[in-house]
Amino acid sequence: MSASTKRLASWREIPIGGAITEPGNSVKRPTGDWRVFKPVINQERCVRCYLCWVFCPEPAIKILDKPYKTASGREWKITFEVDYDFCKGCGICVEECPVKAIDFIEEVK
Amino acid sequence: MEKDLWIRIPLSSNYAAAHAVKDVDVDVVAAYPITPQTTVVEKIAEFIANGELNAEMIHVESEHSALSACIGASAAGARVFTATSAQGLELMHEMLHIASGLRLPIVMSIAARALSAPLSIWGDYSDVMNTRDSSWITIIASTAQEVYDSIIQAYKVAENPDVLLPVMVAYDGFTMSHTYEPVYVAKDRSIILDYVPKKRPSWNVLDVEKPITMGVVANPDWYYEFKYQQVVAMEKSPEVLKEAFQEFEKRFGRRYGFIETYNLENSKIGILTYGGLYGTVIEAIDYMKKMGMNVAAIRLRVFRPFPYEELLKAIKNLEALIVIDRAISFGATLEGPVAMELATMAYKKGLDIALHSYIASIGQRAVTEEDVIAIVKNTVALLEKGVKVTEKSIYWGVRL
Ligand code: SF4
Ligand code: SF4
Repeated sequence: MSASTKRLASWREIPIGGAITEPGNSVKRPTGDWRVFKPVINQERCVRCYLCWVFCPEPAIKILDKPYKTASGREWKITFEVDYDFCKGCGICVEECPVKAIDFIEEVK
Repeated sequence: MEKDLWIRIPLSSNYAAAHAVKDVDVDVVAAYPITPQTTVVEKIAEFIANGELNAEMIHVESEHSALSACIGASAAGARVFTATSAQGLELMHEMLHIASGLRLPIVMSIAARALSAPLSIWGDYSDVMNTRDSSWITIIASTAQEVYDSIIQAYKVAENPDVLLPVMVAYDGFTMSHTYEPVYVAKDRSIILDYVPKKRPSWNVLDVEKPITMGVVANPDWYYEFKYQQVVAMEKSPEVLKEAFQEFEKRFGRRYGFIETYNLENSKIGILTYGGLYGTVIEAIDYMKKMGMNVAAIRLRVFRPFPYEELLKAIKNLEALIVIDRAISFGATLEGPVAMELATMAYKKGLDIALHSYIASIGQRAVTEEDVIAIVKNTVALLEKGVKVTEKSIYWGVRL
């Protein structure tokens, strides 16, 4: 939300010294808008190995209880997806994926 | 002053600082040796080794680390102290802003010293004046007793919830840091701790039960508000300083203000300076009195917040004010940092006063009573020529 549509707190209402007094509040603020390249998981190729999830420093890889059936008939109970609200586009997942299932596509905005 | 509560001992200003640190029962000290500050921390180390002070002494590899360690310890709720001089203060510069920006009540003593290059270990106020915009409350003492007392007062002000800004207490390198004067120190630190009690910190502290994040990013839509909080804290600080001085006087009988004046009532010309040089100016004024000349002395004790209300009262009946600065603001409108403040103040308050800016004692070039008298004579001659404000600062004593 931009400053023009939302009233931001005055200097009186914010903790002194810029301390964040509410632990874990970073989820409230999407920070995924500085990507240049965007990782896109190819669900057909993904072998659900968890490595992207392990390596993502953000973490911005979601593990969803969403079944997926590949064209060749293989059935997966889970699906890995990128959380684009937080993914910074660092490319670590792309590098680490052992089956090259993650494409890295330039953002066009 | 109740005599039996104090002992009078000979102390250098450095040792007086160390005694104050012991008597406010500091928890953490982190510092790096630099001349002429070193003996402050040596003395504190001795107090810790003797069991007279139960504090953690953190040995660091630089002043940047010293202040960083103090920032961490203060964030954990400890009462902390560091001390430095010259290049050490410059190396801390980045952390000065972080300490004040995080609103941590750190207290630091500075044996004021000239900056390299060329290398000079001698006293002047180049280092202190360089910290002008770092949002530290700045007290400049002129006696060893005042160093002891000011450090004690500094904790009371810094830790006040309305302030929460770090405080530096400066004094002349060598001429004060290494010369001995009789100083009253508390026989038992309990009287000092009654004045500056160690209670649960009122600032944001790192606490595993109540986790917070410090040192975060503030984007353009937030940063300005945090800086404005510091402006407000600085604006509130004069009241807190005043209360701290008054309570100190009530308890201990020693009187301090934002400024100090001498022979003001009878004079049309005043000399304003800071630090140990004030003593020389007083001597010179006594000589001049005998010569039938009345000149006032004004000492700036608190540099930040700049005490213009008090100064206004002091200078409003003067016809001319000589400001002797002990640092150079290269390329400024007036190269004396305090003279610039006075010029702004005179304009702001519409004062009709002549303002003559002098620079002296750079790199501890000696300034004697004769120099002070000659400065006054020079100003009288300039006034006769109609010079209201010196075109640029007058570099007293430099070989031309
Ligand atoms: S590009 Fe980086 S931030 Fe984005 S999902 Fe991959 S590893 Fe995580
Ligand atoms: S690293 Fe590759 S194969 Fe493994 S879960 Fe992530 S996208 Fe799928």
